[in-house]
This record gives sequence, structure tokens and C-alpha cells, in this order.
Amino acid sequence: MAKIQVKTKINGEETEFLCQPYDTVLDVLRRDLNMTGTKEVCSTGDCGACSITMDGRLVCSCLVLAAETEDKNIETIEGMAKNGNFNVLQKTFLEHAALQCGICTPGMLVAAKSLLEKNTNPTETEIRYWLAGNLCRCTGYDKIVKAVQAAAEEIRENA
Amino acid sequence: MSEVKFISPETIEQAVDAYSKSSKEGKTKILAGGTDLLVQIRSGISQPDTIIDIKNIKELKEISNDNGSYTIGAAVAGAVLDEEEDFGNNWPGVLEALRLIGSEQIQGRASLGGNLCNASPAGDSVPALIASGATVKLQGPEGERNMPIESFHVGPGKTNLKNGEIVVNFQFPKKQKHSGDAYLRMIPRTEMDIAVVGCAVNVTIENDKCVDARVALGAVAPTALLVEDASKALIGSNFEKEAVEKAALACEAACNPIDDKRGTISYRKKVSKVLFKRALEKAIERAKRG
Repeated sequence: MAKIQVKTKINGEETEFLCQPYDTVLDVLRRDLNMTGTKEVCSTGDCGACSITMDGRLVCSCLVLAAETEDKNIETIEGMAKNGNFNVLQKTFLEHAALQCGICTPGMLVAAKSLLEKNTNPTETEIRYWLAGNLCRCTGYDKIVKAVQAAAEEIRENA
Repeated sequence: MSEVKFISPETIEQAVDAYSKSSKEGKTKILAGGTDLLVQIRSGISQPDTIIDIKNIKELKEISNDNGSYTIGAAVAGAVLDEEEDFGNNWPGVLEALRLIGSEQIQGRASLGGNLCNASPAGDSVPALIASGATVKLQGPEGERNMPIESFHVGPGKTNLKNGEIVVNFQFPKKQKHSGDAYLRMIPRTEMDIAVVGCAVNVTIENDKCVDARVALGAVAPTALLVEDASKALIGSNFEKEAVEKAALACEAACNPIDDKRGTISYRKKVSKVLFKRALEKAIERAKRG
């Protein structure tokens, strides 16, 4: 079958790939581009483990066709740490032990980053609603919420 | 598998042309936000041989406000519409209905057009659109036409779209002074669920009297319903207890629900009355404010 050629930007880098019409962004990231930081869990948009941003918008990469990403700007978990330095959220997640098995963590981080870019002073309710699409079966969410609050505080202090 | 085609046209004409040709030969699906379609493809429920991505068409992504009358492109995502502050001031009920669908991730993609065309009886935005009095603009091989939202659906998953016809945008009437809309849904949890009952109310008040009312229900019949008897009971009233009760009974009478794990028939009927009263209260409060 003829493959579709796609040119897109991933974490600031021009990227070209070939894909099938039914391939999702998640398929291409993990299978073809060897970017396995983005996790595959439910594949139906329920769990948020595959969260990425596309043109700054938080989306599930399992619900975006790879062919749709022509000329888009994609950010994944791999682009979060800069020059070997953790993003503030990565740091506070570690400090607050906001992960156990770690499968939900990349999605949580990407989603939380997208919230803090919109709102550096979210209430606990706002954090919980924003992260309602990211399922975690280990932590009970409390530590995750605290880590996001701590990161928000740090961002506000450094503003 | 035969060759699957992915097309992303830049004009409505190109999309309609491709859609009408390909749907004669095989299974074609229009791709808006993809939050339903991709799940259907992955599970094998839908195996289209042509996918037409309509998100590169300008009109379908546009939001415009012509002197208080909004036009919202069919593929505008919930998170995008949410940032259009004035739309939420005019049609808070429509916005809250659309924003109830799924998580923030889903909101980055899910659209009014997709929710309408997916044609689930429980689609949250549909009752709110009906109550608002919005119409939908369709374009097909035979040209353009407009349709009230309440005429769009035939049954679960079935619409009145003709071969090759696509949804272009939603046109909202100019919001009346002292009018307000609201949408509420009943779900067993607090977030991320499918409505057991949904109810939208839009009222206009003049000198404490109800001069206009539209009431719509979702998830209680094969399609979302405009409950005209409820509107009739409210119009001309001061929202006195008897009038509200009469309208609530009209809601209950309009229900023709299924019995399933989410809710029994008698439960859905009962909840339709309760939800109507709560949504009405919220709509009245908003109408009085502006």
C-alpha cells in the first residue's frame, strides 16, 4: 500500500516519516521514531498515557492520525527536559514521589505542563479536573496534585 | 486490505466532491476531531477506505460574531471555543454542554459538528444546540441548505445528511435580552461519563413573564428531543409552580428511553423531570442577569 509522506516538527526538530492512513501519531512515535516515552495503554482516549501537545493543544496521540500532523508542531515528553535539566514538574514529581509504576507519568507531566502554561495558579479542583483524563492506578492522585501545586508555586516565584 | 485513502481538502467544494464520489464506491468517513472515529477504526467497528480530514478547510474552523449572531465552524474544538470568552457569555449552556464531553485531551479535538454527526442519542451538545435555536448549514453536491438541529437526526447513528453532504457550521440566533440557557446532565460519576439524561433549557423573560422557552432532552429517546409541550407550558407563565410542574410532566411524557445498565426506563423518566427543573432554575437565573 502506498504510504503517506508527512513532514512535521517534533520537539522543535523537523521530522519526516512515512505512515499508513490508519496509523496514529502514537504508532509512529513509538514504532517508527523510537520515541517510546509516550506510553500506549488504552488506545481509546480514556487514560491519557499517550498525551502530547499539537500546536500547543493537549491531545491523546492515540486519537490523532499520523497523516494529520503535516506542518504541525508536536511536543512529547522527550522534549520536556532541556539540555539535561529537568522541567520543574519533573523535579517536583520526584520530590513528592508522585509516581510508582511510572506508566502514567509522561502523560501526567505533559498534561500538567499544558495546564501550568495556561494557569500558573490553579486551584486543587482545577488541577483535578484538568488531569481527569489521565488515569493513575498507583498513587491515588494526591501526590500528583501536590507535585503540580509545588511546581506552580515555583513557577510563580520565579516569574 | 484494499488501498485506504487519506484526503485533506482545503475547500468545501473539494471535500464535497471527494465525499460524494468516494461514498458511491465504498465506505468514506469524514474526520473532524476523530475522538469517536479513531476509536471506531481501532475496534474494527468502522473500516473506511477513504478518510476525509476536513480540518484544513477554513470555514469549518472559523468562529465569527456578526452583531451578536454567532457562526461556529463544525470542526472547532471545545478547548478553542472555550477561549472565545464572549461566546460563553452568550450561550453558556451550549458551551458547558460541549465542554462536558470527555477530558481536556478530548476537548483539544472534539467538535460540535462531530458530536452532531456521530448521532449518539446521548451526545451532550445536541440538546443544548436544540434549545439555543441554532441551525446547521450543510453543503452537498446539490448545494447548500440549512436545517434546525432538532430535524438533523433520524435515530441512533442516523442522520438526515444526503450522499456527499457535510456539516459546514452552526448558526446561532442573536441572543435575546434577558434570556439565558443552561444544560445539565445526570451521570453516575462526576466527570467523564455518558449522559443517562441530559436536559437543556433556554428562556427569555420580560417583566417577570416567560415570553419564550425552548426545552430539549437527550439520552431519553432514539434522538435528542425538542419538547414543545414543555415550552408551551412555560410561555406566558411567571414560572409559577403549576406551570413548571406541567412542563416537567411534558418532559416525562416525551421520554421514550432504553433500559440499560446506565439507567432503567422509569429512572430516566423520573430524572428528566428533576433535571428539567434544575436546568430551568439555572436558565432563569442567567436570563435575569442579562
